[in-house]
Amino acid sequence: MLSVDIEKRLGSFSVAVKFETTAGATALFGPSGSGKTSIVSMIGGLLKPDRGRIALGDDVLFDSQARINVPAHRRRIGTVFQEGRLFPHMTVAQNLDYGRWMSGVSIDPADREHIIDMLNIGALLKRRPGHLSGGERQRVAFGRALLMKPRLLLLDEPVASLDRARKLEILPYLARLRDEAKVPMIYVSHQAGEIQRLCSQVVRIEDGQVAAIGGLELLDWELHHPADHKQHPIS
Amino acid sequence: MFELTTEEWIAVELSLRISVVATFVALPFGLAVAWLLARKDFWGKALLDGIVHLPLVLPPVVTGYLLLITFGRKGAVGAFLADTFGIVFSFRWTGAALACGVMGFPLMVRAIRLSFEAIDRRLEHAASTLGANPLWVFFTVTLPLALPGVIAGMVLCFAKALGEFGATITFVSNIPGETQTLSAAIYTFTQIPGGDAAALRLVVVAIVLALAALIASEWFARRAGLRYHGE
Repeated sequence: MLSVDIEKRLGSFSVAVKFETTAGATALFGPSGSGKTSIVSMIGGLLKPDRGRIALGDDVLFDSQARINVPAHRRRIGTVFQEGRLFPHMTVAQNLDYGRWMSGVSIDPADREHIIDMLNIGALLKRRPGHLSGGERQRVAFGRALLMKPRLLLLDEPVASLDRARKLEILPYLARLRDEAKVPMIYVSHQAGEIQRLCSQVVRIEDGQVAAIGGLELLDWELHHPADHKQHPIS
Repeated sequence: MFELTTEEWIAVELSLRISVVATFVALPFGLAVAWLLARKDFWGKALLDGIVHLPLVLPPVVTGYLLLITFGRKGAVGAFLADTFGIVFSFRWTGAALACGVMGFPLMVRAIRLSFEAIDRRLEHAASTLGANPLWVFFTVTLPLALPGVIAGMVLCFAKALGEFGATITFVSNIPGETQTLSAAIYTFTQIPGGDAAALRLVVVAIVLALAALIASEWFARRAGLRYHGE
């Protein structure tokens, strides 16, 4: 279980959120610019909150009072970014194995094989990221994050940069990932449709605050008015 | 017609040795300073930046003289290094390498710093989420991605070292076989009657070396650049 209670000032914008996740896949849902990426950056350790506490189960990752701030590289939180961020100077196989080399986790070759099969990237192993399509790149990014055996997966708008067809191609892989890899996920998106397919818990973020926490019913309005979520009645 | 005499060969070989040593010894310092300037904000950053660039704007004779009074036999650093480690700079080829390294340093740092600044830091962040500590991030992501700039910086430093004259001659003089580099030898030959032919031969050598260094660096940088985009 992930519990987050953090505050961070970023120029004139500030983020102050408190929530706990219980479900396998939790959505951080809200419009662009509402602070979702800052929140996942703080969970992942890439951005330091001004105040608060972040804990994964019993493991405290950040606690401003106790002066605890576990650096990103020791958190073992896999992150998939919107733009994939594959290392351009490494092959797909080297990208996939990077986390294993760096964090020193040992992974059963059969598990590695399984993840590569599940994401259908076996044929790409010798290529470089520059030669992959957007959808292929994101699949490799998922594999790279999974192969470090993360305790938590942060997916920050992982399909937002893809066109509709590529999105539809990726979403089933994500559903499989959730069901088979059994890693808790935080899924950041402003698209209600994606969240509906993957998540069971929704944390609704608006203006750097938690506007609501609940189940998929929080998406009802967006799912029926997909065109204009900015005019949501509760916001 | 184009035969170098032993004396000329010695000057060429010495120049190459001095330039190579200067470049490779300067490299770790250049990487460290370039990284600090590109990535960190600290008190005295502008001062460090200024000091690094000083040899670029000071008259080389001044740099040479400053080296003489710090790294010479009686200089504070020079005396310490000589007594503790037995490293002597004055009137040795090592001193010429030091002078060349100092003169080439700002060029090296500039090129490397620019390439560090051009790197997408989000890739470094991605590496740290994958468990890489800052040192590993540097060696597996930052440095390989900056490689074309690092090579360019090394070539600039090497070229500067190969052509260095003022600081070297002020610091370690012009001793054939020990501190007489290509440039110093050319200068010497132009000062003695009948030295024109020898000077001209060395000029040709200097041009060939400079061109070869440029072409080699282009080739390395191209190869390094290619790796990001495929094959």
